[in-house]
Formats: sequence, structure tokens, C-alpha cells
Amino acid sequence: MKQLTAATRARYFRRQLVDRIMGGLCIAAAGLGLVLLGMILWMLFSNGIAGFSLAVFTESMAQPGAGGGLANAIVGSLIQVGLGAMIGAPIGMMVGVYLSEVGKESKFAQVVRFVNDILLSAPSVLIGLFVYQIAVEPLGGFSGLAGALALAIIAMPIVARTTEDILRLVPQAYRDGAVALGSRENEVVRKVVLPAAFGGILTGVLLAVARIAGETAPLLFTSLGNTNWSTDLTQPMASLPIAIYRYAGSPYQEWVNLAWTGAMLITVGVLVLNILSRFSHAAVAGKQGG
Amino acid sequence: MNTPIAERPLLGSRKIHAADTTFRISLHVAGALVVVVLLSILAIMFIGGKLAFDTFGLGFIWGTEWNPVTQVYGALPAITGTLVTAVLALCIAWPIGFGIAFFLTEICPEKLRTPLGVAIELLAAVPSIVYGMWGFFVLAPFMSEYVQPWLTNVFIWIPPIGDSFFWFTAPPIGVGMLTAALILAIMILPFIAATTRDVLLSTPQLLKDGAYAMGATRWEALTGVVIPAVRGSLFGAVFLGLGRALGETMAVVFVIGNAIRMPDSVMAPSATIASVVANSFPEAEPGTLDLAVLLGLGFILFVVSFGVLAVARVLLRQERMS
Repeated sequence: MKQLTAATRARYFRRQLVDRIMGGLCIAAAGLGLVLLGMILWMLFSNGIAGFSLAVFTESMAQPGAGGGLANAIVGSLIQVGLGAMIGAPIGMMVGVYLSEVGKESKFAQVVRFVNDILLSAPSVLIGLFVYQIAVEPLGGFSGLAGALALAIIAMPIVARTTEDILRLVPQAYRDGAVALGSRENEVVRKVVLPAAFGGILTGVLLAVARIAGETAPLLFTSLGNTNWSTDLTQPMASLPIAIYRYAGSPYQEWVNLAWTGAMLITVGVLVLNILSRFSHAAVAGKQGG
Repeated sequence: MNTPIAERPLLGSRKIHAADTTFRISLHVAGALVVVVLLSILAIMFIGGKLAFDTFGLGFIWGTEWNPVTQVYGALPAITGTLVTAVLALCIAWPIGFGIAFFLTEICPEKLRTPLGVAIELLAAVPSIVYGMWGFFVLAPFMSEYVQPWLTNVFIWIPPIGDSFFWFTAPPIGVGMLTAALILAIMILPFIAATTRDVLLSTPQLLKDGAYAMGATRWEALTGVVIPAVRGSLFGAVFLGLGRALGETMAVVFVIGNAIRMPDSVMAPSATIASVVANSFPEAEPGTLDLAVLLGLGFILFVVSFGVLAVARVLLRQERMS
């Protein structure tokens, strides 16, 4: 074997050293990230559990010193998020089906795809301001319905994107088979493509629900928040994120504690939805692999 | 048989069924709705903000004074706050996020890759108000107690830096642009790490194998082969992160200090467009200049975000096509 010169050996050593240092820095970055995020979650749960009690679920928001809970905010959030998903998800699915099955690479479909991607990351505060202008001001006041509408606009592009992505994974042979059996275009989509992609579409809907459940800014302009129990969609409606926002900035310790508890509840809900969505995605991926 | 259905000629006896026509029309309407929503947001913001643009002209964008009492509104302080916090956040979050992504794809033991990857994605889903609360109750006190006095003491010895903007000569009250940028950085960190990891994973294994076969180290394979191959997408991920930071409201509103004036230090209380809109909205009556100003600000933010996100998408798509 040829003898390595000193210069070669030195260069080899230097290359190894650079690799080690950079690798070490990356490990440090990962460690730092995990520690920071772990600290946030730890603060959230230790403070959240401290203010946790049954009253959080059974009582509405009350004056400082009068106890109270978050029941009205929890129910308000469920109503607005549920309604928002019921409006936004079907439209999003149709957009996804359009992009994957009908529009494909046509000029218009490309525009829709691009615009959808922009909407996906548009600042949610502006969507709130937009809904305020079209649905709050003209209709005479803040309402739960306006809140649901704002959330629907946020949910729609998420569902559209995931639906398109998952429909593209459905094998072309499924569609060909259906056509060969005499199915019409709408039957191919409704009876073959959509059922095959059901789990994946469900993933998209769950992710959209998780996203809108934590949205605060758009609700400031639309459903405003309400300290009383109200399920009237035409009136201002409480929601967990708004309750957290108002309580966290208050000077009363018991309100601050409730804000932490509310933040913990939302975070747990969002994380559970995300984990569920993974299962539904894994189920569909498994089916297609097998 | 890979011709898509839509492009296949219909066989003689098969006519387009009425149900297919309705089906197609309704799908086209849904697609058009997406475009309509985006255009209406732009239009509504512009029409609503027109009064502000008419009153102040271009001075609305360049004006440095913000005074609700005299009804003089200039957006420059909010625009400055938005850009400084977002760019600073990106400068902090991107190197760390990239490190995490490289760690997850090349360094991390096989067994830990999936759980750590999932953990990062879950953290990206935590609502921004949680980050805002943490910043308000934990980070801001920590900044005022330790970090800001320390920074001031260090930089006071470097007069050109210590005295001028950027820099670290504000009373240590905890809230301000630096704290907001840190919170934004922590918030977008999992997002940047997750998108960058996906980009790195999209590099063809063959390219990497080639680099290793030539005797490259992991770092050389990354800088010499992987990064050149996916450069566009990497920038796309950065711009996506920037888009998030620009429009973020709840993580910022708790810790920015909400002072709408030209900042004289990176530690000084300031405001971003999103925080001004959220904070001033309760006092803005419909039909007044106050509300028009907020809508005008919204229009500016929307145009800026649109530009940033459009660049991100174009960069990310390029790679997807090739």
C-alpha cells in the first residue's frame, strides 16, 4: 500500500474534524430545541394542572373571586370549531377532488392550487378582519356564526391540500377498472376513489380541526368572546382561545390559573387530534401497501 | 393505460351524463371559490383601507408618527417592528432548525428518527397562544432579570454599537422586539425543522451514496451534494417560515410591548402590524379613520405575506416538478 504523505494525512484529519464539529453542533441544536420545547410543555402542564378542577367543565366564566370555570368557553369552542369544520371541510374536499381528478395540470387548476397554498399560510388575523368586514359589520354585530365562518375559511385550504395529496396516491388502476366496468366520471370518484382514500381525507379533516381549535386572532374580530353561557349563533360567543387571551393578561391570579388550564386543555386536544390523524393515515397507507 | 380519464375520448355510445355535468360544474365552482376568497380578502382590505390611503397618500406607508388623538397615522413603526422581529426570528430559528433537520436525517440513530420526527411535528401544531403565554410569564421576566442587563453591560463598551439602534441600550423591562423575536423563533423552530427535514429527505439516495462512495464525510455530502440538489426547496422552507413569522399575532402580542413608535433599540417595546390590528381593533368604530387605518395595515401585511408565500411556493414547486 502506498504511503500516505503528511499533507494527505493532515487534510484527512481536518476533514474529519470539520465533520465532527458540524455534527456536534447539529446534535447541540437538536438538544437545545428539545429542551426549549420541553420547558414550554412542562410549564404548561404544571401550571395547567394546578388550576384544574371539575368546576372548569361545569361552571361558566365568573367575576374575579367568584370561582367559575370555562364551561361556556369550551362549549363555544366546540360549536364554532364543529360548525367551521362542517362548512370548510366539504368545500375543501371538493377543491381537492377538483385538483386531483378534474383540473389536474390545466391552467385554472394551477392557479387554484397556487392560491390554495397561499391561503394555507395566510395570516389568520387578516381572515378575521376580512370576516368582520363581510359578516359582522353588515349583519349588525359579533356572532358565533361569524366565528365559525372565519374558522371555515382557515380549514378549507388545509383539507383541500391533504385531499389532493392523498387522492394522487390512489392507484390509477382503480380508476381504470371502474371506467372499464362502465362507471361514469362522478361514480368513479364517489364510489371508488373517495372510499379508497377515506382514511387520508379524514387525516386532513382532523388536522384542520386541530389547527382551527387553537386559532385566537380571527375570533377576536368575529365572535368576540362572551363571559356568559350562550349557544345562540347570532350573538357573541365565548371560546377557549379568547378566554385564555383575556384571562392571561388579567391581574387576578385565579384567572391566570384558569388561562393556563385552558391552554393545557387546548394543547392536549390539538395533540390528541394530531395523533389520531396519524392513525387514520397509517391505516390507509397500510391498506394500500398490502 | 396511464392516460387520465378526463383526456380519454368518450366511446361512441357514451354521452356525458347529466350527473357528470353537475359533478364537474360543482367541482369547478369549489375551485373558483378558493380564488374568489383570496381576491375578496385583497379587495375588502383595500376598499376598507382606502380612506387611510386617501388621507395620507404614500405617507401612510412611510409616516413615522402614530397618534390616535390627532388622527395622524403612519405605518412605518409597525412595518419596521414586523420586519425586524420576523427577520431576527428567522436568523435565530433557521440555523437551529437546519441543525435539527440534519441531525434527524443523517446523525440520529435509526430507532430515534421516527419518534423524534413525530415529536417535532406535534410541537409545530401547538397553538401560538401557548407560546405567547409562555413568553409573557416565563421568557419576559427572564429577559428583564438576566439577559437584557447583561447585553447592555457588554455592549456599552462598544460605543458605535452600544449607542445606536440595534442595539442593546433600552431599560430592561422584558418586553420588546428582542423578546418577541425569540418567541417567534421558538414557535417557528419545529416548523422549519420539519419542512427542512422533508426537503433533505427528498434528495435522491443515489446522489448521497455517490458522495459517500467518493469518500465524502457526512458534512461534505451535505454541503457538496445534498444542498446544491435541493437549494431551491431549502429557500422555500425559509420563506414559508418567514411568512409565518410575519403574520403571527398571538405569540407576539403578549411580549412586544405594544408601543407604536419608531424603535430606538432592538430591546425597546414596539409593535407589529398584526399586533396593532389585534390591539387597536376594540377601539376602532366602524366607518371611522381608525378602522380604515387597521384595514390599510391589513392590506399591506397581506400584500407582503402574499409576496413571501408566493416566492416560497414557487421555490418549493420547482423541486417537486424536477
